[in-house]
Amino acid sequence: MSTKNWPLWEIFVRSKNGLEHRHCGSLHATDAEMALENARDVYTRRNEGVSIWVVESKNITASNPENNGELFEPAQDKVYRHPTFYDLPDEVKHM
Amino acid sequence: MSDEQIKNLEEQFEARIARDEKIEPKDWMPEKYRQTHIRQMSQHAHSEIVGMLPEGNWITRAPSLRRKVALLAKVQDEAGHGLYLYSATETLGISRDEMYEQLHTGKAKYSSIFNYPTITWADMGAIGWLVDGAAIINQVPLCNTSYGPYARAMIRVCKEESFHQRQGFEIMLKLCNGTPEQKEMAQDALNRWWWPSLMMLGPTDAESIHTEQSMKWKLKRKSNDDLRQQFIDQTVPQADILGLTIPDQDLKWNEERGSYDFGEIDWDEFWQVVKGHGPMNRERMKARVGAWERGEWVRDAAMAYVEKKQERKEKQAV
Amino acid sequence: MSIDRDEIEISLKARCEAIRKVSIEVNMKNENLYNYILGIADNSLILGQRMGELCGHGPTLETDIACTNISLDLFGQVRSYFQYASKIAGDGRTEDDIAMLRKEREYINVLLVEQPNTDFAYTMARQFLFDVYHLAFLVELQKSADLTLSAIASKSIKEVSYHERFSSDWVKRLGDGTEESNTKMQEAIDALWTYTDELFHQTEADKAMVAEGIGVDVTKLKDSYYRHVSELLEEATLQVPESKYFQKGGKEGIHTEHLGYMLAELQYMQRTYPNMEW
Repeated sequence: MSTKNWPLWEIFVRSKNGLEHRHCGSLHATDAEMALENARDVYTRRNEGVSIWVVESKNITASNPENNGELFEPAQDKVYRHPTFYDLPDEVKHM
Repeated sequence: MSDEQIKNLEEQFEARIARDEKIEPKDWMPEKYRQTHIRQMSQHAHSEIVGMLPEGNWITRAPSLRRKVALLAKVQDEAGHGLYLYSATETLGISRDEMYEQLHTGKAKYSSIFNYPTITWADMGAIGWLVDGAAIINQVPLCNTSYGPYARAMIRVCKEESFHQRQGFEIMLKLCNGTPEQKEMAQDALNRWWWPSLMMLGPTDAESIHTEQSMKWKLKRKSNDDLRQQFIDQTVPQADILGLTIPDQDLKWNEERGSYDFGEIDWDEFWQVVKGHGPMNRERMKARVGAWERGEWVRDAAMAYVEKKQERKEKQAV
Repeated sequence: MSIDRDEIEISLKARCEAIRKVSIEVNMKNENLYNYILGIADNSLILGQRMGELCGHGPTLETDIACTNISLDLFGQVRSYFQYASKIAGDGRTEDDIAMLRKEREYINVLLVEQPNTDFAYTMARQFLFDVYHLAFLVELQKSADLTLSAIASKSIKEVSYHERFSSDWVKRLGDGTEESNTKMQEAIDALWTYTDELFHQTEADKAMVAEGIGVDVTKLKDSYYRHVSELLEEATLQVPESKYFQKGGKEGIHTEHLGYMLAELQYMQRTYPNMEW
């Protein structure tokens, strides 16, 4: 029986310059170097990327969905953060 | 949590899915939802990697370099798809090693179709055309399933699979436009793969135990029988283009239904293969377990190497 | 004006002779070039075939995918080389005829690449010992006076640089991993070492092509090859083999027993069903 499993890594790929890196999946690798190589072979076989980030999954801190109420709902009624909140005469175009 | 609370949560959960909301890994979910997804998704992943074997069998013997690279790329995609699906399943709190363990001990199933042997080159065509054709029918609706990671993995899989069926059909077409010997090879492959392909879409609705729950969770959008009918209706005209005969004497267009009627499926054969007694069940498992066991010292060495490197770094820092 | 028929005859004969000589030279040059291309391509063909055998049987899914990529890269190169060779031969033979319809003695790959996938240590050791050579070779081939070869080399360098990194990393991991992996990697290196010297042998076609500015003088790659390989083996805590006994013959078509079985599979369809399209 293997003593230790290869850790899990999250893979982010930039599809072309000008765009952000996007999460595209995960894979197993022993270290960051191998994770990059594996990501190249697994997630960019069809020319999908120009840049790769790898992060070991355990290093990601995620918000807890149970707190979604206090985290995200307070933003829902802050309509004044959106441009449509403000009334402007039609003559003012493009503002 | 009290039973009352759980019931409440479950109702909210089902309502979310009914509203077409996606469920994400850290969201609360009923235990049954988690288990069902682990079962179906890992089974799907296993099918991809066991599915590499029958086609991998012909890589070294492909008849031309063009066919060889296409087949290699296709089997490699299957490894990729297995990997996407294992990764998506891991978000449910099970490791890939645990899933392998379930596969290797026979606890987890994989698609029965891969327990049939690939004995001629035409089988590469038939698998691409029929087996991938049936798989696509199953998979496309899953791009919209309720569990986010599964849906995302399936979108990727479906996008990449689009060349697989074409690859298979092209092989068949070339054989059917070739010499009589080649055409015979194609017909023989169709004869052997047709019925297993129909079985691949699962037992009849009357015998299918998971369907209702799966429909609610969008793990399934149509019943097995509906999928099978869809597969037959779309495949028969393709066989006509090839000039091949579907090996079913009862196959007949039904004007009223707007569908093909077809003959009785040999469900005894289906259950025999599912239960592990198909022509290649033992071989397939032997190959998977063998690869895993032969790889153990390699995986251990790679971990040991990284740990040593890390230690050296830490010592240097001190 | 009187015409000396004899003189005309003589001058015609001389001209014919000159043309014949030129055409023999062109043929010779073409034949040398053809053989030269085969020598390069056969290495990629046979190694690609070996790597292809592993598809579905790798130690992890990630490694499996990576090894298949290497195989695909190599077959891609093979197709470019053979398509070019087919043009030069000009006798209607296709890339597949050249790849799959020669007799065993007509394959001129080095012995190293036909060695079997005994275990993952052998597979990576073979890959590494070939990659280091292959990369250095392609860097030189890029300077070839033959523009097609130079273009294929430029494209292949990117692929092979990656192969070399991949296999070097694995030699280090297995060499400096566990005691068991060290033993296995050492055994593989020791066993395959005997096939490394052949990489630097020159064939007649090699010599002719070097003279034309088309081919690579492989003898010049030898020192830096062994230096590089030795450094990496040491980094991987492996012993550099000291044996001075080397095997050769692949470049003359005299192979180890392994090749025949590979060809039986590679050629199976073309031999069993001759003259058909697939």
